[in-house]
Order: sequence, then C-alpha cells, then structure tokens
Amino acid sequence: MTPLFPVQASNFAPEVDHLLFYLLAVSVCFTVVIFAAIFFFAIRYRRKAPGEVPHAVHTGIALEIAWMVIPFGLTMVMFGWGASIFFKESRPPDNAMNIYVVGKQWMWKIQHAEGQREINELHVPVGRPIRLTMTSEDVIHSFFVPAFRTKEDVVPGRYSTTWWTPTKVGKYHLFCAEYCGTKHSGMTGWIYVMEPGDYQAWLNGGRSFGSLAENGEKLFQDLACGNCHKMDGSGRCPTLVGLFGRPVQLATGQTVTADEGYIRESILQPDAKVVAGYQPLMPTFQGLVTEEGVLQLVEYIKSLTPKPGSGTTTTPAEINSETH
Amino acid sequence: MTTAAVQERENYLNASYGIKSWLLTKDHKRIALLYLFTITLFFALGGVMASLIRIELLTPQGGLVSSETYNKLFTMHGVIMIFFFLIPSIPAVLGNFLLPLMIGARDLAFPRINLLSWYLLVVGGALALFAMFAGGVDTGWTFYTPYSTSYSNTWVIATALGIFVAGFSSILTGLNFVVTVHRMRAPGMTWFRMPLFVWAHYATALIQILGTPVLAVTLLLIFCERVFHIGIFDPALGGDPVLFQHLFWFYSHPAVYIMILPAMGVISELVSTFSRKPIFGYGFVAFSSMAIAVLGFLVWGHHLFVSTQSVYAGMVFSFLSYFVAIPSAVKVFNWTATLYKGSISFETPMLYAFGFIGLFTIGGLTGLFVASLGIDVHVTDTYFVVAHFHYIMVGGAIMGYLGGLHFWWPKITGRMYPEGWARLSALIIFLGFNLTFFPQFILGYLGMPRRYHVYSPEFQVLHVLSTAGASVLAVGYLLPLIYFTWSLRYGKVAGANPWAATGLEWKTPSPPPVHNFDEIPVVTHGAYDYSTVAGEVMQVG
Repeated sequence: MTPLFPVQASNFAPEVDHLLFYLLAVSVCFTVVIFAAIFFFAIRYRRKAPGEVPHAVHTGIALEIAWMVIPFGLTMVMFGWGASIFFKESRPPDNAMNIYVVGKQWMWKIQHAEGQREINELHVPVGRPIRLTMTSEDVIHSFFVPAFRTKEDVVPGRYSTTWWTPTKVGKYHLFCAEYCGTKHSGMTGWIYVMEPGDYQAWLNGGRSFGSLAENGEKLFQDLACGNCHKMDGSGRCPTLVGLFGRPVQLATGQTVTADEGYIRESILQPDAKVVAGYQPLMPTFQGLVTEEGVLQLVEYIKSLTPKPGSGTTTTPAEINSETH
Repeated sequence: MTTAAVQERENYLNASYGIKSWLLTKDHKRIALLYLFTITLFFALGGVMASLIRIELLTPQGGLVSSETYNKLFTMHGVIMIFFFLIPSIPAVLGNFLLPLMIGARDLAFPRINLLSWYLLVVGGALALFAMFAGGVDTGWTFYTPYSTSYSNTWVIATALGIFVAGFSSILTGLNFVVTVHRMRAPGMTWFRMPLFVWAHYATALIQILGTPVLAVTLLLIFCERVFHIGIFDPALGGDPVLFQHLFWFYSHPAVYIMILPAMGVISELVSTFSRKPIFGYGFVAFSSMAIAVLGFLVWGHHLFVSTQSVYAGMVFSFLSYFVAIPSAVKVFNWTATLYKGSISFETPMLYAFGFIGLFTIGGLTGLFVASLGIDVHVTDTYFVVAHFHYIMVGGAIMGYLGGLHFWWPKITGRMYPEGWARLSALIIFLGFNLTFFPQFILGYLGMPRRYHVYSPEFQVLHVLSTAGASVLAVGYLLPLIYFTWSLRYGKVAGANPWAATGLEWKTPSPPPVHNFDEIPVVTHGAYDYSTVAGEVMQVG
C-alpha cells in the first residue's frame, strides 16, 4: 500500500501540515485562476481570420500594483507562519530529556543520559520533549525523521540541536538527509516511540554501562583533568563546579556562555577561548578522546552544576573524591 | 525543390566552407551553432545518466549499479546538465545568435572573445569528461565540504577545474552581452524599444559577471584544501564546513536565474508573436528581470535553513526569498494578460510557451513552500526539492530553450521544421515531464531523501510512475533531434519573417547574411508594434 501522506507523530507534525494546507490552498487558487484564464483567452481569442491584427491593450497600472501587492501579502503569511514554527523548533524546552547523537559514515551512534547506547535505533518515551545534541566524526550528516517533520544537519566540529515531543507510539524512519558518501542511503535507522512504562523497562533491560555522567567522570580521572581543574578552584585552571550555563569572562575581555559547544571547544582547542586570569597551559585533547567521550565529559561537567532550584550539585560525593 | 534559389544568395552558412572557417570564425551566428552542437552533446550525455538513474530507481534495493556508480551518476548528471548545458543553453546559443540581430548590430562587441568563450567551454567540458571517464566524481554537483575536500576518493579536482574553466566562458559571454547592449544598439533602438529577450539577457549577463567569480574562488579554495591541506572548510584542519555552503550558494542560487531569466525572455517573444499583441506591462516585465537579477543575490541562505546557520539569519533569508517571488509572478500575470483580446495561434513555439507558463507556475509556487521555514525543514534534501528545481530548470528553462529553438529555427537554418511532428513532441514532453516529476513532490513530502541509491519499499510505486514518465520524456526529446536534422535538408524553405513577428532579426533574410543587415536599420517603433508588419501579417495569415 502506497501512502500519499506521512503519519503525524510529533508536536510539530500537525503544525507543519496546517501550514502546508494553507500553501496548497493558495497555490491551487493561483494555478486554477491562471490556467483558467489562459484556456479561456486561448479559445475566446483564437485567430479567427487570417491577417488579423488586434488592437493593443494598454498597461493598467492599478492592475499591475494589485497583482504585486495581493500575492506579497499572502506570501508574508507564509513567511510569518513558517518562521514561528522554525523559531519554536530552535528553542528546546528546559524540561526536555537530553540524548546525544554522533553521526559517522555510515551509522548513527546514540547515547542516553542513563548510559544506554544504541546504533541506528533510538528509543524514546511518548509525550516527553526530547532534545538531541548532535555532532559528526567525519562529514556532514542530517538527522531527519519524516513522521516528526524535523531535520537538522549534524556537522563535524560543532554541536547542533533539535527537539520534538513524540505524540504517537510507533516505529518511524530515521534518515540521513545530507549526502555523506558511498553508503549514504544505508545511513538509516528507526525511532521507537514507546509508552513511558515500556520505555522504563527498555532502559532497565539493557546492559548497564553506567550513566553518561559516570562514564564522563571516569574519563575525567583517566585523562587527569582534575590535576589542574581542582574542584575548590585552587588549581592552575578554573574549577568546573557550577560552570555549565554560566557566563565566562575571557582573557580577550569577551563574555561567553558555558554551553555544550563551549565545553567541547575548550577540550579540543583549549587556546581558542582562554578564561580571564588564567594562562593558556592546557594541551589539546584532539585525537585523545572520541566525540562520544567528549559528550560524556560534557554530561559530567553539567552534573557538577546545581539543577535550577535544588541548590546543591547533583553528585557532591564525586566532588569530594576529586578534591582529595 | 527551391534549394537552388536559397543557395544563390550569400549568407553566413555558405559564405565560406571548411572546418577552419568554423573553428576560427568570429561570426556570432556561427559561434552560436558551435555552442548548439556542443551543448546538444552534453545534453545527450546528461540525459543518458538521468535515464540510468531512473532505471535504477525502478526497484528499491538498488540492483542495477553499485552505490559508488549511482553516486557518480547523479553527480555527473548534475554537473553536466547545469554547468555544460543549462547555463550556456539559451544565452550562448540563442542569445549569441540573436542579440546583435535584435538590436540591429553587425556582431557582438568582442567577436574574438566570443570565440574564446566557446573554446573555454570546450576545454572545461573536456576536463569534466576526462574526470568522468578516468573514474568519475561522487560529491554531488554541490561539492559539500568536508566530504569533497577530505573524504571523497574520486576525481574532484579535475571536475572542479573543468567547471572553473567553463565559468570563464560564462563570465566572458556576460561581459560581451553587457557591452554590446550598451554600445551597439542601432539608431533609434532606445532601451525601452528593446525586445524583452534582450532585457532578460542583459539581466542574466549581470549575474554571470558578478556571480561566477565567486564560484571560481570557491573552487580554488576546494583545490587548496584538497591538495595543500590548508584548513578552510574541514574542521579537522581548523576550517568551517558551513562557510563552503555560503560561498557555493552565493553563486549557485543566482545561477538558477542564469538558467531561467533567458527562458523568460524567450517566452515574452513567443507570447507576443503568437497573439500579435505587445507584451502587457512591457516596463514591468523588463524591470522584473532586473529585480530578479538583483534580489537573486540576497537569498542564498535559504539553502542553509537546517545547516546550523543562525536562526535569525534563516528568518532574514526566508523573508527576502519571498521578494523574488513577486517579479516572477508579475511576468506570469503579464503574459496571461497579453493573451486578452489577442489573435492567438497555436504553432509549436506557442505550445512551448503555454507549457512553460504552466510548469513555471507550478515550479514557482512550490518555491514558496521551500522558502517557508517550517515547511523547508521537513522537505529540504528530499525529492520535494528535486521536483521543485526540475520544474524550474527542466519545465522552465528547457521548455523555453526548445520553444525558442523552434521559433528561430527558420531564421537560423532558413528551413521550417515539420509542424505536426513538432506539436506532437511538445505534447509528449509536457505530459512526460509532469509524469516524471509530479510524483516526486509527493515522494518528498512523504520523506524520501534525495541522493538515495537504496530506498524504503513503500516509495516504490511513486518511483515507478516517475520512471515511466522519464521514458515518455526521453521520446519527446529524441523527436526534435531527428526532425530538426531532417529539416536541414528537407524542410520547407523559410521566408525572412515566417511568423509575422516584429523583431529586427526578422527584417533580414533567413539565414541572415554574414554582416546581418545590408543596411543598419533605423528604429522608429517600440518592440512589439504589429502595425509595422502589416504586410507580413497578410502573407502569413
């Protein structure tokens, strides 16, 4: 059975489809009017006598203005409506569940905060906003879920994000939409949207690798990051406690927000943004740590920041073990 | 047969003979024919690749060719069709032949540079063909980094070099046209007496001159990164991969207007001639070409909505993209209004004009979909986009090219094409085109990504429809090749003005003499004044 319209399985799908219907309605109207006019004129004014030369019809300025202004007004609705959906797509809600995606030729590697890892599959609970933080190990890919009507490129050297709330339990296509080489068309997978209970069972059922933050902490120790980044701020490098999401004053005088991208850059290109008051001592960890490892470190550093309202760090025990 | 009578009068075709008289010619009309021959070969080659792609997509599992080969096929199809067929098509063939004739000049401003332009296209094309036969290239015609600079093991440099060289052909042609229009108009040929074909080519030439150098720079940067590992685009070398997309589309979006504006110029001539009416809103149609050329440079970022470009940049580019829609719509409305109270006849060129308006309307309206951020996030890089740009570039540009070729065929060759066969092929092309590309809109909205060798089985029915359409389309394209060739020898001899058209090109014999006009005409009327051709109108009927 050939479908003619894709299923709607996210909060964005009905919104995008409504905008599509508006555009279709406008397009069909214009097409019908133009085609009808052409057919009518072609028949009504077909050449009836040889040697016929019709009188010239002079330009009507009012008509010209009307057929510029009216379509322009209709297109501005297309612009505004489309932009409002786009803006919403670019602003994940604060309570969204974080999942991390690494694309490589030709597979999707996915890590859940709880530690579950999957390849070319993504299990998510229905009804919860999901925020994906994505990067690529090699070339540009694009994370495309037609049933959700969302797509975002996955670019090497930076993090991109996308979010959606799945609204319907089921199994949906995941496609790589940016041409990425020989097996581009094989870089596909499935999104499994599950009832929350089933999702919990799935989370518990898999092999436990430890949570992402725990793995990040192990990596933090293996790479001896704590030798300089001491938790109490007495080290040669700034403390990472409470760093995430805060503004950071740089040696250049600029201020940046310590988001995922900033932390990634600081690990791989430490000289790019040096914190005010510190020396550029840190070596690069490019090549020493994988993109997945960097994501684990990011999640660990995030865990050192108090959740809004809770007033304490999430893992005080870890901080103690680090500082001693 | 009246062959003897035709050959008695000296014209640009029989003035000299031999291979050298063609390869070293400085006559814009002969150079136009060199281009015609060259780009027809490229069109055939690109068409064979399109056919292989469509046959491959009959089945979802990708059994006919390997993924490597499939990727090379769509890459070379795009490279050949865009850089070696569509961009030179109307300007270099019809524009070259007609621009001097239409403004009452004896040649283009720089005849030697005109010949050089053709050689540059040939050299560029030869490099691209070399790359193709040496092993091909698999980056897509878009050459996205870092795949093209650090990952692809194919003939990227040779192909890029071919496009680089062909780009200079385009720049020089544009330069030649701009200077010719400024400096070589006949007495009385004021700017607002120029045919709209000339206005469209003037606007196109500006894009060729201003846009193509950016493509050249971009390809040079690819070369630097691929050969010398200078980090420009690859983040592993410290570069920015999205920067490439900005540079590439800064040329390649306006390049779409290099392909469509000349076709719009052709359609204006056809609609006027076959309804015997001046184009309604001449000034608006002329300025809409200029508006498209200028605004076309401000919208490149709409190819980057999901590229991690800033959200606000995305909004600005979406907003500006809708401004380009208006001058395009103005043209369609004015062509339609021209038909009102006209005297409409249905020779083949007019059928192509109707086909163009229909397909361009659909292509243009679906452009509104992809300019809308919310929709584009879903449909970008799917078959929806593939369908959209084929409606513009095949449904629009090629319909315009074929319509123009039929219209001016008697002027170029001195012979008429067979009307019945030509009408049939116009109909076949229109139907085949729609059957090929309309299902792709549905495929795209369903989520079928472009550039997929293997695909999910639920998309197969629509792919089969598309392939069926492509075989009809192939027949439609083969027919003109056959009957045009046939007509060179057996076609009815054409008079100077077989359509009772108003342009200066119809005031000189068919085929024109070497220097175009025995006496440079003095222009006293606007472009579409049918009172000036009352005598021809009586003859033609």
